[in-house]
Amino acid sequence: MSTSPHAAPGLILRVFHFYRDGFRQMTVGRTLWKIIALKLFVMFAVLKFFFFPNFLATEFTTDSQRADHVINNLTRSVQRNVTTPVKGEKL
Amino acid sequence: MIENLDLGMVNWARAQFALTAMYHWLFVPLTLGITWIIAFYHSIYVKTGSEEWKRLTKFWMKLFGVNFAIGVATGIIMEFEFGTNWSNYSWMVGDIFGAPLAIEGIFAFFIEATFFAVMFFGWNRVSKRFHLFSTWMVAVGSNLSAVWILVANAWMQYPVGQAFNPDTARFEMQNFAEVAFSPYAVNKFVHATSSSMLMAALFIISISSYYLLRKRHIMMAKRSIAVAAIIGLIASVFTIFNGDESAYEIAQVQPMKLAAFEGLYEGETNAGLVAFGLINRDKKVFDTQDPFVGFHLKIPAVLSLMANRSFGSFVPGMKDLVYGNSEQGILGAAQKMERGQNAIDSLNAYKQSQKDGDAEAAANHLTAFNENKEFLGYGYLTKPEEAVPPVALSFNAFHIMVALGTLFPIIFIGYLYFSMKGKLEEKKWLLGFGTITYFLGMIASQAGWVLAEVGRQPWAIQDLLPVTVARTNLTSGTVQTTFYMFLILFTLLLIAEISIMVKQINIGPEEN
Repeated sequence: MSTSPHAAPGLILRVFHFYRDGFRQMTVGRTLWKIIALKLFVMFAVLKFFFFPNFLATEFTTDSQRADHVINNLTRSVQRNVTTPVKGEKL
Repeated sequence: MIENLDLGMVNWARAQFALTAMYHWLFVPLTLGITWIIAFYHSIYVKTGSEEWKRLTKFWMKLFGVNFAIGVATGIIMEFEFGTNWSNYSWMVGDIFGAPLAIEGIFAFFIEATFFAVMFFGWNRVSKRFHLFSTWMVAVGSNLSAVWILVANAWMQYPVGQAFNPDTARFEMQNFAEVAFSPYAVNKFVHATSSSMLMAALFIISISSYYLLRKRHIMMAKRSIAVAAIIGLIASVFTIFNGDESAYEIAQVQPMKLAAFEGLYEGETNAGLVAFGLINRDKKVFDTQDPFVGFHLKIPAVLSLMANRSFGSFVPGMKDLVYGNSEQGILGAAQKMERGQNAIDSLNAYKQSQKDGDAEAAANHLTAFNENKEFLGYGYLTKPEEAVPPVALSFNAFHIMVALGTLFPIIFIGYLYFSMKGKLEEKKWLLGFGTITYFLGMIASQAGWVLAEVGRQPWAIQDLLPVTVARTNLTSGTVQTTFYMFLILFTLLLIAEISIMVKQINIGPEEN
């Protein structure tokens, strides 16, 4: 049995046309996509970037330092007179 | 650390997480549930070839699309919050949650990018059978992708299949099957998906009732109701049964939660289930005030049956769990605190011995830690009463959920009965009530999550990590700012959803 060398590009093209025509024929979907795009922009480009840094990823460079920091937090409750540094303080 | 905590930050971080989760859950149950009902509608269309069923299927698909689009990615915000507000917790559970959440991402991406598009764009463009298959796959896929987040949540309530590594400060997965198929996870998934199907049935009943009252799209509304009421009735009965199974599971692994949501301060044999009662909000576990305000009604021995599958069994109350009950062999929170503090001391000594290069001492301290590690979280409590969750909120959430959950099958039976008699359109009172049932379903569903999450306080991970240690050392002002930002963003999105949804409902199904 032989297969046509053009079968795969033909399939890709058909899938492309399927999606393209589907998107073109959308009515309420256009508004919804705009909302999705705006929402993702606000979430990732504004909220995540400016307000939600990953604390351990930004404050420490290695996993070993992160583990030490968490272990310190876990054991510090029994080390009286030791204060927990807040974000921004040097660790 | 406890003595230096900014408790305001913890509470703001909890409020922010609750806001995000509750907002996310406005959309999820409808997405999970309605895909199944749409698949049934679509199947009837393929079977009958009737254009009316096609029109009906396309209409509900469109409303599903609106709900999905507004709700999509709202859950990602919770992941942002983990990294920022709950960094200790996030680090400690990374190994457990990594696999389930990665699987969820893969499932969601592949299914949504392929079958979702075929479901919406495939009319007259792919074969009817493949189109129908895609619709079913969207239902299967979206529910399967929910499995993993529910597995992760169930693990926090019942942390099985793990071992704590004191060198990395992480809970490491020892047995994937134990995590994925823990009875808590299975119950949670079954309860969440069956109640979502029930919610979707209520959504369809609400909108179809509105059409019947307005005398619009009558045939479509009646057909929609017929299928939705049957599915809703089956789902609601199933939800009640697996809810009972969840309560049994809670009694076994989170007895404090069970005692709190029943307002049970003193343990009892033949314990009754509260059928009606107003909880005394001022009562504390150590005082002698009455747990209820005025009259309350209990169904004898049903709580014992629910908790232990035996009418005459003993159900521990909050006092037993806080102060212990030697007669019943119950270890109190006070004793657990001592063991927890020993675990913390051993952990501290283990780290110190390692630093000093004393391998023998380190091994001894590790052994001591392992003997007490199951009570680790109790070591961070400052008094035994802190092990009690907010009782009034847990009690009210549970009883609102149960009361509404009992009402729903009656509503579905009413709709089925009058539909079969051909008198549904005449029953304006039922249709009028029917229009608000979706909102009642939403209240019940949200109450279920409030119970699940508030009822397990103070734990981020049951018995192992309290929320006060799980958090990041941020100031409350930082979290407060983002809380209000989310509140504004979510409100805007909700307004967008409601206005688009209302517009589409007013337009109704496409005419031929």
